[in-house]
Amino acid sequence: MITIKSDFLGMKLSNPLILASGIMGTSVGSMNKIADNGAGAVTIKSISKEERLGHNNPTMFSFGDVFMNAVGYSNPGMIEAKKEFSDIDKIGVPVIGSVIGTKAEDFVAVIEELKDIKFDAIEIPLSCPHTPGFGVLAGQGTPEATYRITKAVRKATRLPIIIKLSANVPDLTIVAKAAEKAGADAINMGNTHGPGMRIDIDSGKPILDFKVGGISGPAITPVTVRCVYDIYQSIKIPIIGTGGITTGRDAIEMMMAGASALGVGTGIYYRGFDVFKKIANEMEDWMKKKGHLSLKEIIGVTYEG
Amino acid sequence: MRDDYPMSLEILEIEKEAKDLFTIFVKNTLDGFVPGQFVMVWIPSVDEKPFGVSYLEKDRIGITFEVKGKFTKKLAGTKKAGIIGIRGPYGIGFPDPDSSTIVIGGGCGVSSLAPLIEKIKKSNSIIGARSKDMLLFRNRFKDAHFTTDDGTFGKKGFVTEILEGKLSAPDKVSQVFCCGPEIMMSRVIEICKKHRKKCFISMERYMKCGFGVCGQCMCGDKVVCKEGPVFESKDVEGNPEFNHFARIKSGKKVPVSDYVRWRGCE
Repeated sequence: MITIKSDFLGMKLSNPLILASGIMGTSVGSMNKIADNGAGAVTIKSISKEERLGHNNPTMFSFGDVFMNAVGYSNPGMIEAKKEFSDIDKIGVPVIGSVIGTKAEDFVAVIEELKDIKFDAIEIPLSCPHTPGFGVLAGQGTPEATYRITKAVRKATRLPIIIKLSANVPDLTIVAKAAEKAGADAINMGNTHGPGMRIDIDSGKPILDFKVGGISGPAITPVTVRCVYDIYQSIKIPIIGTGGITTGRDAIEMMMAGASALGVGTGIYYRGFDVFKKIANEMEDWMKKKGHLSLKEIIGVTYEG
Repeated sequence: MRDDYPMSLEILEIEKEAKDLFTIFVKNTLDGFVPGQFVMVWIPSVDEKPFGVSYLEKDRIGITFEVKGKFTKKLAGTKKAGIIGIRGPYGIGFPDPDSSTIVIGGGCGVSSLAPLIEKIKKSNSIIGARSKDMLLFRNRFKDAHFTTDDGTFGKKGFVTEILEGKLSAPDKVSQVFCCGPEIMMSRVIEICKKHRKKCFISMERYMKCGFGVCGQCMCGDKVVCKEGPVFESKDVEGNPEFNHFARIKSGKKVPVSDYVRWRGCE
């Protein structure tokens, strides 16, 4: 019997596909829709200490395989989030709480405020490429900052901690090891890339109101595959591969590079809310054809092979 | 693979429709547009917002808007030959009207219904506004029913009173299409339910992507930009957020009245 069930950080997932943070994670209603469309788990849109308006529109657009966004971490802040997510146990799949901050203390404050929300894991993105004060622009992606923030978060919660890294750092394995050493339970390998920029040549103005933004979509898959492959053997904790996964083939490829679970976000744009069901079916079809019974037979095989 | 970026277009014309109500005309680049769908209008370096289409012609489209906040002030200030960006069309529009469809528009809400009113018997449409000087399309649709809250034009009162009359009369009515303030649409839904008529309404929420990715426009379990903005009333009945809550830019859920006030300044 073929199965793509996954046991990831103690979460029993019907499949390894996790809704990536920032996409359709605003409310219980939106995440329920994604769960109904076959996601193994969902991640909320990141929450900060204070309410954030984010950038003006346009915040998102696409050119073929390239999708760009500069939303700027808009979120209602931790006090409102407590109300918004108070009944996440109504969602039929595990829910990951994504928490952002500019300083280590901010992450801790949000985690403490949301301690009664029934999250199954906490994700800490240190990798946004286009929001001042956060992620790469705030230097959170260095090995030192990653260690410091992970260590602080580790003290604040008993839930599994996922550290979300950027592909845009030169010393990826060192950063991943720093997170592991500080007590992270998993690495989410991949945020949007860039930042990039496109200009509307008729007006001469950048299309994104923030001028620059993160790049996602099928175009970035090769970079994610390389990053997952790079860190796979340098750490013992499992990896979520996020960035570009749109089809079952992409999903299998990411697992061969070493991912145990998979983030899907922009894939919704390309294939609809049911992209999760579609990818899961495509993975099963492929496994059937190749005679694989479980995902364990696939994860990291490229390394050994 | 899809493309979803603003296509820059020259403004062909900008016309004053009524007090603080303007229409801009640009080349029609929309593929298979269905009335009730929307487009994202971009003013470079300012912002981008969703709008309905009020004139659907072979060569050009018109977008009618009320001057309220920062964005619409800028839009009203654009000049002929100025550049704006358009992307879309997005979402689900109204079904095809038949000869016994009633169309109801309140305030600026009538603008996204106007291409439908073009297609039907004008006396089957009901257009309402607070006052005569804010009433849209009274010359464009001369035979429509008009109401004003203050009685300065047409019948004094609300569009819902005319609807009640029409549904109580022996005339055949197949369905009702409606766009306007949520409190009005909510009342229209009640009236249609009482008379067992099919009803379609068009919802408005603050949007970012416009194509069902960001989750900003959630109304209960509905993704307004993708599964709407037009909904059959049975699909929003019992929705805890319809006519009660909406999300401002941060994603914070606030009462609809606060949302409308905030939108008026944006």
